[in-house]
Amino acid sequence: MTQISTSTDVTDQVPEVPGSGTTERVALSPQASELLVTLTDIHGPLMFHQSGGCCDGSAPMCYPDGEFKIGGQDVHLGDLKVEGLEKPIGFYMSASQFEYWKHTHLTVDVVKGRGSGFSVEAPEGVRFIIRSRLFSDDEWRALEGR
Amino acid sequence: MATYAAPGTDGSVVSFKPRYDHYIGGEYVAPAKGQYFENPTPQTGQVFTEVARGTAEDVEKALDAAHAAAPAWGKTSVGERANILNKAADRIEANLEKIAVAESWENGKAVRETLVADIPLAIDHLRYFAGAIRAQEGHLSQIDEDTVAYHFHEPLGVVGQIIPWNFPILMAIWKLAPALAAGNAVVLKPAEQTPASIHVLMDVIGDLLPPGVLNIVNGFGVEAGKPLASSPRIRKIAFTGETTTGRLISQYASENLIPVTLELGGKSPNVFFDDVSSQNDAFYDKALEGFAMFALNQGEVCTCPSRALIQGGIYDEFLSQAVKRTEQVKQGNPLDTDTMIGAQASNDQYEKILSYIDIGRQEGAKILTGGEKADLGGDLSGGYYIQPTVFEGNNSMRIFQEEIFGPVVSVAKFSDYNDAISIANDTLYGLGAAVWSRDTNTAYRAGRDIQAGRVWVNNYHAYPAHAAFGGYKQSGIGRENHKMMLDHYQQTKNLLVSYSENAQGFF
Repeated sequence: MTQISTSTDVTDQVPEVPGSGTTERVALSPQASELLVTLTDIHGPLMFHQSGGCCDGSAPMCYPDGEFKIGGQDVHLGDLKVEGLEKPIGFYMSASQFEYWKHTHLTVDVVKGRGSGFSVEAPEGVRFIIRSRLFSDDEWRALEGR
Repeated sequence: MATYAAPGTDGSVVSFKPRYDHYIGGEYVAPAKGQYFENPTPQTGQVFTEVARGTAEDVEKALDAAHAAAPAWGKTSVGERANILNKAADRIEANLEKIAVAESWENGKAVRETLVADIPLAIDHLRYFAGAIRAQEGHLSQIDEDTVAYHFHEPLGVVGQIIPWNFPILMAIWKLAPALAAGNAVVLKPAEQTPASIHVLMDVIGDLLPPGVLNIVNGFGVEAGKPLASSPRIRKIAFTGETTTGRLISQYASENLIPVTLELGGKSPNVFFDDVSSQNDAFYDKALEGFAMFALNQGEVCTCPSRALIQGGIYDEFLSQAVKRTEQVKQGNPLDTDTMIGAQASNDQYEKILSYIDIGRQEGAKILTGGEKADLGGDLSGGYYIQPTVFEGNNSMRIFQEEIFGPVVSVAKFSDYNDAISIANDTLYGLGAAVWSRDTNTAYRAGRDIQAGRVWVNNYHAYPAHAAFGGYKQSGIGRENHKMMLDHYQQTKNLLVSYSENAQGFF
């Protein structure tokens, strides 16, 4: 990430987490993919930032791409490819939170609900949530580069 | 021992209107786009009213009303504002059951709690700030013989407040009481999960305030919260919620250079030292209750004691009794005054809690009790009930690090004082904590060493109005409660006055 972007998109400078690009860290459920196509029609290109803390915390927040300013304290977990969308959807998390999450694979799913916060899907009567599983030993070795 | 009739049925102490608009300028105003959203009760999952789906146009209208009201309101005497807050408190007290049942129905929580905690605390909060604003004084400093610096408190003007769904009325009053006492006009957005009960409150107290001083715009975060939080027409934004939205709101606030207060939750450690068990007495019983406090409000409290840390010498025995105590928590119809734990506030919240119970199992944490959804039968089968759950594991597991916001506690053992403090502080957050010990020195030192804004010593989940509440680390910025909260809603005006007749001598 040494290339200096001429745009103001600081996401170019956000660290990649170990192993991204080889072993996938984040995936989408089919329902989440479908919903993202609908939401992109309404809001344009999108991004995810994983939240922590109370109320609606521990849930992923979906925003118009660039609405949430990713900064030096965030990490980039991957880009989610969605059939029917040209541009993949970036998934970010704060680096400090990632330290506690790094041993788990995340799948963005959708349930009925209302959410709170400013995530774009709430008015549709649904809410993104995270399903997690532990990485297998093979996946973990690949992620750790061993 | 009573069961309140469900709202919408014969004999209910509260009846919701079929629809709620925005409350702007002292009257109800339909949303500009004419859209409404359905509001279900988590007790049964059934829709009981619909609520205006606000947008930027509605927020602008509310800001117009607030700006029209703010100058005159800011110049009312403190006595007048205090009287209004006191009258509001009296009215709420006279309508306690109605408001308590409304909040239970909308949020899912047990009416026992709204009757004895949420609403009485809201009443007390209004009275506290009515007193605090009258007792507040400015300062003056004599700079030299001829020069005096006067410091006055002035209201900020128009402020924005975004309220969470876990205590829809108490959290609104936590933010409103100091803001109104200090002379600000408010545009408030309730949570989209709990938008209606505050309108039951407004039916009771709305006429006490001059039109435009308090405006309520309902709607979703992205459609109504964002235009409010990002508006250049507010002088401050207050938010309770989670970290990503907290950052987004700070980002908007930085664009307008306005202050922000954030309360973003925690993962509060509840620390039990060996000496707790030295006698089997009332204090020991109190400590066991302190463990079970994770189930209060279905665990949907920012300070939920969701990590219990128990010292090795008493670990097995204390934990086994604590599990028994947890199993005595009575789950049932939230409108039954015997019920101790009600429904989670929404389906997405319910699903999220279950997803955490799943990851806890995968990580190898052991379930000592609970761990399942609860089906209460009848109409309640459609509601969102989860059994109080005790996990045993270690602090690096995700269930020890993330706020589940459900009735789930994760238990770990510690060896000695340093181990306790090290585990307690191994978290991103620092909102609440508790230490339990009969040794005052241990309790004091632990209370000071834990990095959290509120450390309960030998008690838990008490929220008196004159104890400051707020977070260290990623739990937020600023405080709520206590008279210091007035500072968050006031500017300091310094008049620097020269009483000298003579030129300063520069030119």
